[in-house]
Amino acid sequence: MSGLEVTTGWYLTLGAMLFLIGGTGLLVRRNPLIMLMCVELMLNGVNLSFIAFADRFGDVHGHTVVLFVLVVAAAEVVVGLGLVVAVLRASPRATADDLSALKG
Amino acid sequence: MGQVEIAFEAPAVDWWVLTPQIILVGAALGLLLVASLAPRALPDWVSTIVSIATGAAAAIVAAVQWAAWDLAPRPTLNGAFVSDGFSLLLTVLVGAGVVMTALVAHSALDRYDMAPPEFAALLLASAAGAVVMAGANDLIVLFLGLESLSIALYVLIALAGRRASARESAMKYFVLGAFSSAFFLYGIALVYGSTGSTNLSGIGGFLFGSIRETDYLLLAGIALLLVGLGFKVAAVPFHFWAPDVYEGAPSPVTGYLASIAKAAGFAALARVLYVAVAEQSTAWAPILIGLAFATLAVGAVMAICQNDVKRMLAYSSISHAGFVLVGLSAVAGSGEAARWIVRVAGEESLILTTGATGAVSSAVFYLIAYSFMALGSFAVLSVLGSEQQSADASAGGADASPPHALSRYGGLARRRPVLALAFTVLLLAQAGVPLTAGFVAKFEVIRAAIDASGYVLAAVAMVTAVVSAFAYLRVVLAMYAPEDSADGDDSAPAARAGRPRWGGLPLTSVFAISLAVAVTVVVGVLPQTLLEWSRDAVLSIIL
Repeated sequence: MSGLEVTTGWYLTLGAMLFLIGGTGLLVRRNPLIMLMCVELMLNGVNLSFIAFADRFGDVHGHTVVLFVLVVAAAEVVVGLGLVVAVLRASPRATADDLSALKG
Repeated sequence: MGQVEIAFEAPAVDWWVLTPQIILVGAALGLLLVASLAPRALPDWVSTIVSIATGAAAAIVAAVQWAAWDLAPRPTLNGAFVSDGFSLLLTVLVGAGVVMTALVAHSALDRYDMAPPEFAALLLASAAGAVVMAGANDLIVLFLGLESLSIALYVLIALAGRRASARESAMKYFVLGAFSSAFFLYGIALVYGSTGSTNLSGIGGFLFGSIRETDYLLLAGIALLLVGLGFKVAAVPFHFWAPDVYEGAPSPVTGYLASIAKAAGFAALARVLYVAVAEQSTAWAPILIGLAFATLAVGAVMAICQNDVKRMLAYSSISHAGFVLVGLSAVAGSGEAARWIVRVAGEESLILTTGATGAVSSAVFYLIAYSFMALGSFAVLSVLGSEQQSADASAGGADASPPHALSRYGGLARRRPVLALAFTVLLLAQAGVPLTAGFVAKFEVIRAAIDASGYVLAAVAMVTAVVSAFAYLRVVLAMYAPEDSADGDDSAPAARAGRPRWGGLPLTSVFAISLAVAVTVVVGVLPQTLLEWSRDAVLSIIL
């Protein structure tokens, strides 16, 4: 580590990049499983930002937030996977574009 | 990485404050436990009775707390959760919503192949989430409430997964819901990064007296919070999911989505904006006004274009969200701050200004009035949907038009005069006809906008009210128009065995619809009490 110090800003930038990659992926990719992974990526980008801020403030609060978010993300994945399985079971190899019966 | 000092001290818990949530969650878990241990021992009606009793109990407890505490705010859990008039009034609304949804769903569960105990448990769990959102005074608690509400709702729609439309609806709601939650969470992170706190009062205290126009971290955080909650309340341009989800979901669930889920989202929005970042109103009020313009216009115009009544009501619920936004955004333009300091008995305390109080209380009144209209309208749709399904079945599935196509409402007044009359009252109330709750609600938000010198917004709101009235009148005219074709059958479909009926309609749904119509008319004729309650509720918000 010669002369290059990793500051909070680096972590925040990485968090923002993860969030953007996840958000773009969610909008662009059509495979339901990949879309689920993109949601996780977004949430983990946010987690990284929380930890970076908490570290800068020396505040334990930001760290505990991450634990809450992890639990919520896990609950979301459970429901999301259940939904994906239900959709794929009805029509194997379905993509998000196939879910377009409702419109008007 | 720096060292973090950890001195853990368990926060004091005021269990009495948390009673409504404990009742809701306890009943949900109890039902699930019994249903999984003894699946056959539980008749269908037990689940309905439990959800009705639990919803009513939560509402009654909140009403008792409202009366007993004289609207003094009671924070608990280190100020992370608060019981004030605002949260109690919304808790009563959520309880009423649960009761009505359970009543309507009782006769519809068979039709959607939904298991009654699971339905009831998820309904109660989502209601607990809504109640937590109404009283959350910490962004993380708010997020947890939002997720409890949303995750339970994803499953509630997916319970009817035998139908392709329900699967699609649940999947769309899930993807967009998760997307918006991530935005909301990122907003929390940025606000935390800027202010060092996630407690709404803490943030509000930290920011008090400073405009901080160049704190881009804070402004980006506020913007992301607005995006996240904008998705939840289906404000344009974050509304794309709403019509599809509302159309595909079972009608009783749609009613719940359109009323309680939306009210909880707006309650969260009001608390975040007016408690945490009130001084930044110069930044967020223009955004909110822009959202209101877009939401009003798109909701009204798209509602006219629909030929499906359920989809039309989905767009109309978007336009109602626009009216609530008109109320909430009415802080701007008055040139005064949203809060000021008063000295009471030597102690300094923050209160909302008169303008801000009027703005939020008009929004609260609108939410309550609109929730009953939406619950009632979708209850009517649920009843008619089941009737049309049995008609289709007896006709051998010859009619392929969607169950809520406008053409199917033709001649309803002749087949079902009382139901058509009730639906007419609810639709006219949504259109804002005088002597209904909808008129008073629209009047109040427009008055709040004019008080804040938002003349253009008020004018646009009035014009779009007229435009969307056309969409409602189209349905009313279709119902009362003489039927030209001979396809309508006069005989009501044979009553299903085991369900009490009234004139061929399920008795529970009739009760729910009567309740909605009664509230709509009584509040429309005598709005004073509810107006005072909304005002008291907003005045007691802890800052």
